[in-house]
Amino acid sequence: MTLFYGTELTSPLMLGTALYPSPAIMAEAFKASGAGVATVSLRRESGADRAGQDFWSLVSDFGVPVLPNTAGCHTVKEAVTTAQMAREVFGTPWIKLEVIGHTDTLQPDVFGLVEAAKILTEDGFEVFPYTTEDLIVAERLLNAGCKVLMPWGAPIGSGLGLNNLHGLRTMRAQFPDVPMVIDAGIGLPSHAAQAMEMGFDAVLLNTAVAKAGDPVAMARAFGLAVEAGKAAYDADPMEPRDMASPSTPLIGKAFLE
Amino acid sequence: MLFGPIMHFSIIGAGVAGLCVATEMMARGAKVELVDNAATPGPHACSWWAGGMLAPWCERESAEEPVLRLGQESFDWWGNHVPVTRAGTLVIALDRDKRELDRFARRTEGFQTLDGSGVEALEPDLAGRFDRALYFKDEAHLSPRDALQSLSDQLAAKGVTVGNTGTVENDIIDCRGLSARDNLKDLRGVKGEMLIIRCPDVTLSRPVRLLHPRIPLYIVPRGDGVYMLGATMIESSERSRITARSLLEMLSAAYALHPAFAEAEVLEIGVDARPAFPDNLPRIRRNGKTTWVNGLFRHGFLLAPAMARMTADFLLEGKKPEVMDENHS
Repeated sequence: MTLFYGTELTSPLMLGTALYPSPAIMAEAFKASGAGVATVSLRRESGADRAGQDFWSLVSDFGVPVLPNTAGCHTVKEAVTTAQMAREVFGTPWIKLEVIGHTDTLQPDVFGLVEAAKILTEDGFEVFPYTTEDLIVAERLLNAGCKVLMPWGAPIGSGLGLNNLHGLRTMRAQFPDVPMVIDAGIGLPSHAAQAMEMGFDAVLLNTAVAKAGDPVAMARAFGLAVEAGKAAYDADPMEPRDMASPSTPLIGKAFLE
Repeated sequence: MLFGPIMHFSIIGAGVAGLCVATEMMARGAKVELVDNAATPGPHACSWWAGGMLAPWCERESAEEPVLRLGQESFDWWGNHVPVTRAGTLVIALDRDKRELDRFARRTEGFQTLDGSGVEALEPDLAGRFDRALYFKDEAHLSPRDALQSLSDQLAAKGVTVGNTGTVENDIIDCRGLSARDNLKDLRGVKGEMLIIRCPDVTLSRPVRLLHPRIPLYIVPRGDGVYMLGATMIESSERSRITARSLLEMLSAAYALHPAFAEAEVLEIGVDARPAFPDNLPRIRRNGKTTWVNGLFRHGFLLAPAMARMTADFLLEGKKPEVMDENHS
């Protein structure tokens, strides 16, 4: 049982709340996916007077833990301010920390990320940092007080899946006890299943569902995929066997299978 | 009694919904008065900032089916009241985002696929810039502010007055948009920011939509080298304050469409919030003597004619509109 800052999720699927055709379809998608967490952005929606309240109330009504994020923040200062506002709006210490380093690829600025993570954990936040598969950055984030890591699969919104399998596998192996979420880059349910099969504790996605032709059907597909992937990991999959390796002598090819 | 012989209505809110409802109710024999704090159409109404695209097929990319069907009523209705340009819509994408064009094509109908020469034939100034486009030839556009003023003038010519308060005995048709949130609790605002620029160096004859996964842009020609650039969609009820980021995104997209937009004169920046229900579809609701017509979202000019027709069908002929539901307040 994986705990995220002491909370057990009802499903290892974390679903974003942006880009849906309508809030009604978003609500249906959440129901169909069985998602265990709703992520929501505040930076752009808050306006001068927290004018995004109507939408945030809709999200709060889903009945799953809300993970507010700092999407759209490019500096430590912005991210910290947005996190503080999120804590007030949603009454949660959870914050998905994004410090964007590159406006086009939305790649995280890992230096700013570590700095912001330190400030926020010291202030009592429970930080979910959106990071890369870099091991040293991961160590710095843990040292800064993070108890969860969220490495990317691929750039945000790209739908390319798990770009660096070796890097992600290494990261999983290096920090076996840290709850880890694959965040960003997921395009298909097979990507999500793959992440779960590798032993990651959850996946976070948004665009793959919101921008599907039928978001509700796709949400259901992702719900099934994470369930399948997790069940497969828990079932301890067989080891693949490499027939190209010549290590076993086959005298007279007596072993037919 | 609702369907009695004397049919006097006070229509609150003289934006696009109120003006269309007033026009339709008058045409069907009812007596109406308009109630609005402002005597003439202006920036206090969300529809003042609209794009004025009558684009039901394009909108179907993200909107539900009623928008496509009901939106098609807008061509003739507006055509009977104000000038409408039926020149279609051109949908394009930059090289890197070409797959967005495939997705848009899968999600819509009623278009032809054009190659580079097809784009050039329609919009010579875009020659050589885009080698593929979708052309929705039956779509149209109008000038929103001219249309609002024209409806207002036509109503005034028929003796319809705009006052601060309505006649107490009248039935009420509430078309206040987002201001009706006091009664319609599930109504929310979706912020939109827009720009008006003048760029005589570029001539476009029809609305052009530039697809992008994060920053979709449309540009609507207003004539005389004036263009409307729009529009952001932000889940916020804020009705003021355009941000630098939105401005940058819209101008960058325009620049990507044609570099000559870099030299455009910025005439106006505008912002307001669209009134929307959770499914982003419009509603007619009834409670006591009041009928609400609201939730037109980003489809004010597109759906107001159908909403006006259904409101008149309901109040004058007792036909229950398909967009009617119980008040969730």
